[in-house]
Amino acid sequence: MSSKGPVIRVDNVSKIYRVGVQDSASENMVGAFLDFIRSPLKNYRKYRSLYDFSDVLDDGSGGEDSNVLWALRDVSFEVEQGDVVGVIGMNGAGKSTLLKLLSRITPPTRGEIQIRGRVGSLLEVGTGFHPELTGRENIYLNGTILGMRKKEVDRKFDEIIDFAAVDKFLDTPVKRYSSGMRVRLAFAVAAHLEPEILIVDEVLAVGDYEFQRKCINKMQDVSGEGRTVLFVSHNMPSVARLCDRGILLNKGQVVQDGKVEEIISAYLSSGSGVTSERTWDEAEAPGGNIARLRAVRVLDKDGTLAEAVEITDPVTVEMEYELLESGHEVVPNVHFHNEQGINVFMTVDNDKEWSGRPRPAGYYKSTITIPGNLLSEGMLYVTPSLIGLQEKRGEFLVRQAIAFQVVDHMLEGSARAGYTLQFHGVMRPLVPWRTVKYENEHRSQAG
Amino acid sequence: MVDTARTENTVTIRPPSGWEWIDFKELFAYRDLFYFLVWRDIKILYAQTIMGFSWAIFNPLIQIVIFSIVFGRVAKLDTGGIPYVLFSTVAIIPWTYMSESMRASSQSLVQGQAVLGKIYFPRVLYPITPILAKLVDFGISLVLLLLIMVWYRVMPTWNVLLLPVLIVMMMAVPAGMGLWLSALAIRFRDVKFAMPFVIRMLIYSAPVLYSATSISPEYRILYALNPIVGVIEGFRSALLGTPIMWDSLLVGVIMSGLLLFSGMLYFKKMERVFVDVI
Repeated sequence: MSSKGPVIRVDNVSKIYRVGVQDSASENMVGAFLDFIRSPLKNYRKYRSLYDFSDVLDDGSGGEDSNVLWALRDVSFEVEQGDVVGVIGMNGAGKSTLLKLLSRITPPTRGEIQIRGRVGSLLEVGTGFHPELTGRENIYLNGTILGMRKKEVDRKFDEIIDFAAVDKFLDTPVKRYSSGMRVRLAFAVAAHLEPEILIVDEVLAVGDYEFQRKCINKMQDVSGEGRTVLFVSHNMPSVARLCDRGILLNKGQVVQDGKVEEIISAYLSSGSGVTSERTWDEAEAPGGNIARLRAVRVLDKDGTLAEAVEITDPVTVEMEYELLESGHEVVPNVHFHNEQGINVFMTVDNDKEWSGRPRPAGYYKSTITIPGNLLSEGMLYVTPSLIGLQEKRGEFLVRQAIAFQVVDHMLEGSARAGYTLQFHGVMRPLVPWRTVKYENEHRSQAG
Repeated sequence: MVDTARTENTVTIRPPSGWEWIDFKELFAYRDLFYFLVWRDIKILYAQTIMGFSWAIFNPLIQIVIFSIVFGRVAKLDTGGIPYVLFSTVAIIPWTYMSESMRASSQSLVQGQAVLGKIYFPRVLYPITPILAKLVDFGISLVLLLLIMVWYRVMPTWNVLLLPVLIVMMMAVPAGMGLWLSALAIRFRDVKFAMPFVIRMLIYSAPVLYSATSISPEYRILYALNPIVGVIEGFRSALLGTPIMWDSLLVGVIMSGLLLFSGMLYFKKMERVFVDVI
């Protein structure tokens, strides 16, 4: 394919949906009867209004109608060949609608889209799988639904079953597959489509960790071959790692379009991600008879509230609580979970002043500082808790009360040390290494 | 899609506007999918049954037996000297094909709606698939019919040459109806409830159980506006050698052509908004 102009050109595209078409109910019997008689016509108009928006577009109100929702509004952008673009935004920002328009599932209400090259979309893998058909048959059916020719499927067949690791079950009906096997097979088919433009929507939310990694690698292969990828995800680490450009959508409009790091920061700091602070007033504070949780928050190295912290920087977690009775020996503690739900670590109050002795009633604030270069990149969920030692029970435990993002911009001084490929592990401590070169092999044996 | 101009590899996606024609070039590009969809329909129809494809023989057989007893023995309808079993079987077989494929075709989109919202392919493949898939059952029944013909020692006449035209017509009628009804069904689920009623009406209005010659000649053209009439009387002429009613046949060809043509147009117009009105 030649590189004349953009491969995707989205020009002033809008998409309107009709929401909450109200029925007016009659108040008397005659009216109700007449409504009943008229209802076929009314129903027809109602259905027609679901796709005919000439009334909204032409009445001069600029489309401000309580009955319509602008899923996308005058969106324009271009994508060059080889670009890997992350589309970011809150739920309802219009990401999925945009992908549906690009993959021709639904037409725009206004505007025009031009696409050069074959589009492969992984909006939801495994659509078109038929439970009664065998794995082999479904590979062919699914492959051709995705737009492959039979010959192409023939050619990639071995690769597909290899990738999906279902070779033993090829002639078993898919209805007897586990859900994991089904997803693997579906992604394997889609991943081998070799489209010029690949559209991916949250596919990585399925499958086990091992398989997710395989998918990310496959996508990296795709973009490495000069193909264009559009990637929609809430998983900021994968967006940051895969994409070089980001488009931030909010309420159906493009808010920002630029380098992916800037877009991610803008998204996270806009408060649309997760909260990094929660406070409770006296009435609703979680807890038992002894202690109540009042606040928990994440601060960056400057002491300001932070939704995202750089992987090389320390991060502080503050926990405020009230002890209602004096004389109890309590252990405040905090759990940290990652996106896979793994408990990365737990830490308990080890302040010498209070450990091993009963505390008087009153307000307390415990502060934890996690050093930089210890956590891995990604979302970290914070679970504050407090245990009464004599009572041997938890006073409060608020699962994943707050969260923050550890971002890796591949700065100097990180554990990466210049290594830019995928970095495994739930933690990423900066561990000292010493490597020396010996003059001959005997020295190493002697050493 | 309707509003997709395909020049080499470039696709332009625009808002839907007006009437358009089916993109046969694109359809051709998806021919392998079409093949697998048809093949899937055939394969899953009798999946997890003990008798498998024998059902394809059993169903029409039972119907033939019932009709022969009720209408041939009890009602004693005029068949022009043809054994009633043959007279009705030759009509029931194309008729069963048409009603079955029409029913499957009209429900195809509603049943496949989960896929419609997730991936693009020419939507028209859905209603067209049963038209081909049901030919398997038709073929099996046709063998059954030939066996009955051998039993009664009926030799086909030169009229049999008409059979290919009739089969095309027999496919065009449910294809046209299916395009109309599937597009309507996705917006108005009324179609589902109206279908059994429509099919029952068609069976009694078509000359399945009686001969079209029992309709008085001045109404015959009017009667033939139902293209099923032409197909069924045509099958009788082709296989049993009854005189061909050329006027009915011609009207039938025109009507089924119109039905198919208008069905394509309407389907194309509605195709793009399917996903938004499901």
